[in-house]
Amino acid sequence: MSGTWMTMRAWLLMLPLLMIMVAVIGWPLVDTVRLSFTDAQLVGTAGNYVGFDNYTKMLTSSNFTRTLSTTTWFAVISVAAEMVIGVLAALLLNQEFRGRAVLRGLMILPWALPTVVNATLWRLIYNPEYGALNAALTQLHIIDDYRSWLGEPGTALAALIVADCWKNFPLVALIALAALQAVPRDVTAAALVDGAGPFNRFRFVILPYLAGPLMVALVLRTIEAFKVFDIIWVMTRGGPANSTRSLSILVYQEAFSFQRAGSGASLALTVTLLVTVLAVAYATLVKKTAGSAA
Amino acid sequence: MERKSPVFTAFIYACAILLAVVILAPLAWLFVMSISPAADLAAKPLRWWPQAADFSRYTQLLSRAENSAGAAFTASLRNSLEVAAMATLATSVLAVPAGWAVSRTPSVGWSLSMVIATYMLPPVALSVPLYIGLSHLGLLNNVFGLALIYLTILAPFTTWLMKSGFDSIPREIEAAAMIDGAGLLQTWRIITLPLAAPVVATSALFAVLLAWDEFFYALLFTSDQRAKTLTVAIADLAGGRVSDYGLIATAGVLAALPPVLIGLVMQRALISGLTSGGVKG
Repeated sequence: MSGTWMTMRAWLLMLPLLMIMVAVIGWPLVDTVRLSFTDAQLVGTAGNYVGFDNYTKMLTSSNFTRTLSTTTWFAVISVAAEMVIGVLAALLLNQEFRGRAVLRGLMILPWALPTVVNATLWRLIYNPEYGALNAALTQLHIIDDYRSWLGEPGTALAALIVADCWKNFPLVALIALAALQAVPRDVTAAALVDGAGPFNRFRFVILPYLAGPLMVALVLRTIEAFKVFDIIWVMTRGGPANSTRSLSILVYQEAFSFQRAGSGASLALTVTLLVTVLAVAYATLVKKTAGSAA
Repeated sequence: MERKSPVFTAFIYACAILLAVVILAPLAWLFVMSISPAADLAAKPLRWWPQAADFSRYTQLLSRAENSAGAAFTASLRNSLEVAAMATLATSVLAVPAGWAVSRTPSVGWSLSMVIATYMLPPVALSVPLYIGLSHLGLLNNVFGLALIYLTILAPFTTWLMKSGFDSIPREIEAAAMIDGAGLLQTWRIITLPLAAPVVATSALFAVLLAWDEFFYALLFTSDQRAKTLTVAIADLAGGRVSDYGLIATAGVLAALPPVLIGLVMQRALISGLTSGGVKG
């Protein structure tokens, strides 16, 4: 069969997918770009061309800079914690002990739990009057009075991060475990014979095998964390006093609560640009890591 | 082999127990809340185990009496099932041929890369035009409309999984069938699809899980029992004036059961699907 015919057939087979993707992703994205240069409302007026007004207003507003910093904190701390706890859990699950298979099976539970159910569960745990956290901490005499974990700007973001980590570190652990099991046994045995301590064995023997898969997990988790909406919406709606408002929540409020489609669109595109820059930077890093590990 | 000291062994078991508690405690508490009488949940000091298990909330939520909490819950359950089924079916119909095409003809692979790159787009970047578009088509608050939008999430991921699945089927087997005179559709039917069945099934399950989990678009594009999905119904309960926390917990348990069961039964396949991305890069 000739190459041209093969290629034509391939395009033909991809056509339905590509057409749908253009309809539900391509066109909306282009239209978001158009909207971002208008003062369109969500309902009613189509809006007039206003140039870069939306962008300049947004980039100089304290709402945006504050939300950007909240989102960055959320992403950096939750992803870092997930990576560290995930790798530690994977190292544990790579040991031999009774019940290991069962424990590995349990790891799928938080991952399978729907995000909204996870958020609801933790919202109940953090409840200021009847929550399990307050009850446990007072019964253990760690705190004296019940606290409003999600109701105080000082603790709300940390409480969200804990809930997010609990759901997501098992995925990192499973990815790391799969990579650990690819480390040849004779290599670790040789390092042991050569007298390498536990830390050096991890750093120089095991980590090179982990680096590639972990980088991929890091990229995926970071992108997810920057886009975060669900868990925050269900637990705090961005409050109290906007202390947990993420970029996605800000766009939602702007475009849908205040119905300012134009300025919402400009915000959304800025978020997209940030995520893209991050992803490209990471992708370069992944290539480098993969290169040096091989 | 490394000889393990008793101290090290004890340390490993302590860590294993800690990990099991961390994973299980919140889940166990969700279930305990769902079967505890409201008075126990409001007690101070909190009662960690109900005096008498109370399963009445399960029957309450699954009953379909008019205007009850059960009516709203069962409607959203049905909507979630319908949207997940339609979106998964549609995404499979799109993804099988496309995944096969990219696997066999790598020169068109860049188009799939572009589709996958859309993963980086936050849904908020598409939401305003999608909202306006759906409202023009009369598809707001409609399960078909929502299923259509879910293709933005399901199709790229599923196609990519299918593609790696087809990669592992040697093309020589297909070539042999074609030399014997089988056409493309016949080759798929006799050779490719039976061999790819496990991958197709795994991809479909991933699609179901993604659709079941989706919240943002459902929150935006649905407004009442005709289309509201479970995730939105639960968020409503959690953020609303429901005074019985046990009822919220029960809704959570019921919504979590299908994906958790799928997760446990399909463990091996799901983990290899999840990690193949990580390991292959």
